[in-house]
Amino acid sequence: MPTRRNFSYYLSRFSILLVVLIYLIPIYWIIVTSLKYGSDISAPFPKFFFKITFENYQKLFASKYFSQLLNSIIIGFTSTILAVGIGTLSAYAFSRFKVAGEDDLLFFILSTRMLPPIVVVIPIYLMYTVLKLRDTHFGLILLYTTFNLSFAVWLMKGFIDEIPKEYEDAALVDGYTRFQAFIKVVLPQASTGIAATAVFCLITAWNEFAFALVLTEVGGKAVTAPPSIVSATGKTGYDWGKVAAGTFIFLVPVAIFTFLVRKHLLRGVTFGAIKK
Amino acid sequence: METEPTEFNNPPRVGSFARTSTGLSDYQVKMVFIMPTMILLILMNIFPLLWSLVLSFYKYRVNRPDLPPEFIGFKNYVRLLSDPDVWGYFQTTAYFVVTAVSAQFLIGFGVALLLNREFRYKGLVTTLILLPMMLSPVIVGLFWRFLFKSDTSGLINYFLLPLLNFVQATPIPWTTDPKFAMVSIVIVDTWMWTPFMMLISLAGLSAIPKYLYEAADVDRASNWFKFRWITLPLVSPLLMIAILFRTMDAFKMFDIVYVLTREGGPGTATETVSMNLYKLAFRSFNTGKSCAMAYILLIVIVALSNIYVKYLNQLKREA
Repeated sequence: MPTRRNFSYYLSRFSILLVVLIYLIPIYWIIVTSLKYGSDISAPFPKFFFKITFENYQKLFASKYFSQLLNSIIIGFTSTILAVGIGTLSAYAFSRFKVAGEDDLLFFILSTRMLPPIVVVIPIYLMYTVLKLRDTHFGLILLYTTFNLSFAVWLMKGFIDEIPKEYEDAALVDGYTRFQAFIKVVLPQASTGIAATAVFCLITAWNEFAFALVLTEVGGKAVTAPPSIVSATGKTGYDWGKVAAGTFIFLVPVAIFTFLVRKHLLRGVTFGAIKK
Repeated sequence: METEPTEFNNPPRVGSFARTSTGLSDYQVKMVFIMPTMILLILMNIFPLLWSLVLSFYKYRVNRPDLPPEFIGFKNYVRLLSDPDVWGYFQTTAYFVVTAVSAQFLIGFGVALLLNREFRYKGLVTTLILLPMMLSPVIVGLFWRFLFKSDTSGLINYFLLPLLNFVQATPIPWTTDPKFAMVSIVIVDTWMWTPFMMLISLAGLSAIPKYLYEAADVDRASNWFKFRWITLPLVSPLLMIAILFRTMDAFKMFDIVYVLTREGGPGTATETVSMNLYKLAFRSFNTGKSCAMAYILLIVIVALSNIYVKYLNQLKREA
C-alpha cells in the first residue's frame, strides 16, 4: 500500500490517537488516583504531579475487601467450571445428534440469558428466602452457573460444530463408545474453545452486580467484590483513593483475561453467532 | 475400568468384549448430555418465573410474612398501566436506548472505518479499545462518577474548563442536575459499548472482498459511490445484529444508573424501567406489584429477542 502522507492520512492517525486517549485516560486516572494521598485527590484542581503513596492499598488490607475478593474468586471459578462442564455436554448433543425441536430448545436456552437480571432476581429472592440460600456461596454459584449456562451452550456449540465429525466416526468404527469418543477425541479438539468459553463465563461472573446486590448482605459472608466496592461509602461519601485502589485490583485480572481471549472476543460477545 | 482404551492408537478391537460391555446408546448419551442443562434452567428460570407470574395477581409483601398474599386479579397490571409515572419510566428508558445506541453505532462504525487498514500497533490499539466492554458496568459507572465530579476537581470539568471559561459558564453538575444526568449516563454507556459496535463493524468490513473495490476503481467510481454501494450493503446485516443486540442490552440497563446517578436520580430524571422495578421490589417491597411490572418488561424483552433470533437464524442460513 503506497503511503501518501496527505491531509486525510494525518487526520485518520490523529483520530485513532484521540480514540485511544479517550479509552486510556479514565483507566490511567484510576491507577493514578489509587496512588495519591487523600488531600491530593480532593484538591480543587486535578493533580497530575503528586507524591506517590500506598496508603490506599494499606487501607484495603485493613478492610474486609480481600475476603470479598476471595468470595468473587470462589464463586466465579466454581460457577464457571459447572457452567462450562454442563454446557459442553449439551453443546455436543445439540451439535451431533438430531434433537426434537432443536431450534426451539436452543431459542429457549438463549432466551433465559436475555431476561433482565432484575426480573429474574425477584422470584429468585423469594425462592432463596424460603430455602435459606440468601447470602450463601452455594446460592450465588447456582445462579451464576444457570446464568452462564446458556452462553456456554451457544458458544461451545459453535466450537464443536467446527470439529469435523469424521474424527469421531473413525473412533466409533475403531470400537470406541460414543462417550469415549467424546472424551478422547472431541474434548481435546475443543480445548481452545473450552478455554475461551471459560474465560468469558469467569469474567461475567466476576463482573456481575445486580444478583449479588440483591442476594447478599452488605458485609455479609458471601458478598462479592462489585457490591462491596459500590457500598463502601464513608461519612462524607466515597473515599475515592480506596475505591480506586480496590477498582484497580479488581480490574487487573479482567484485563489479563481479555488479552488472552482477544482472538475470540467477537464470538464471545455475540454468543458465537459471528465467527471470524 | 480395564476395558477403557488408554490410547487413541490402541482402541479395543471391533466385536471384542469391550465393544459390547461399555457404552450407552446414542439416544441415551443425548439425553444424559442435555438433561442437566434443562433441569437447571427449569429449576432456576422457569419455576421462579411461574411463581412470580402467580404472585403478580396477588397483593403481597415479602418483608411482611404476617400478611398472607391476597388475590386481587389484574389490579396490579391495571394500576401499573394506568400510572403515568410508569409510562414516564418507559419513556426515560426509550430515550436512553435510542440516544445511547445511535451514538455507539455512529462512533463505533466510524472508528471501525478508521481502523480498517494496516498500520503499526493495530493489534495493540484494537485490544486496548476493546477492554472497556469487558469491565464491570457498575465499576465503570462508579469511576465515571468520580470523573464527573461537579466542581473543577472532576477530570471532565477540568478538561472542559477552557470552553466553560469561554462561554462564561460554571462547572457542570453532571450527575446531580436533571438536565445533565441522562447525558452523563449516555456518555458512560457509550464509552463502554462503542467498542462492541466497533468490533462487529470491523469484522464486517474486513470480510468484504478486496476485488469489489478494485473493480470499482477500474470503473473510476468515487469514494462515496464505493461506500454507498459496496461497503454499506455488505456490512449492514452485521450492523443490524449489533444494533439489535445493543438495543436489548440497553433496554435492561441497571448497573450504571444504580451507581452513577444514585438509583435513577436526581428525582426520577434517570429512572429507567429496570431501576424502577428494583425500587418497587427491594426498596418499597411491593412484591406482587413488582412481579406484574417484571412481566410487562418481560413481554417487551421477549418481543425484542424474538426479532433478534429470527434475524440471526436468517443470517446463518444465508451464510
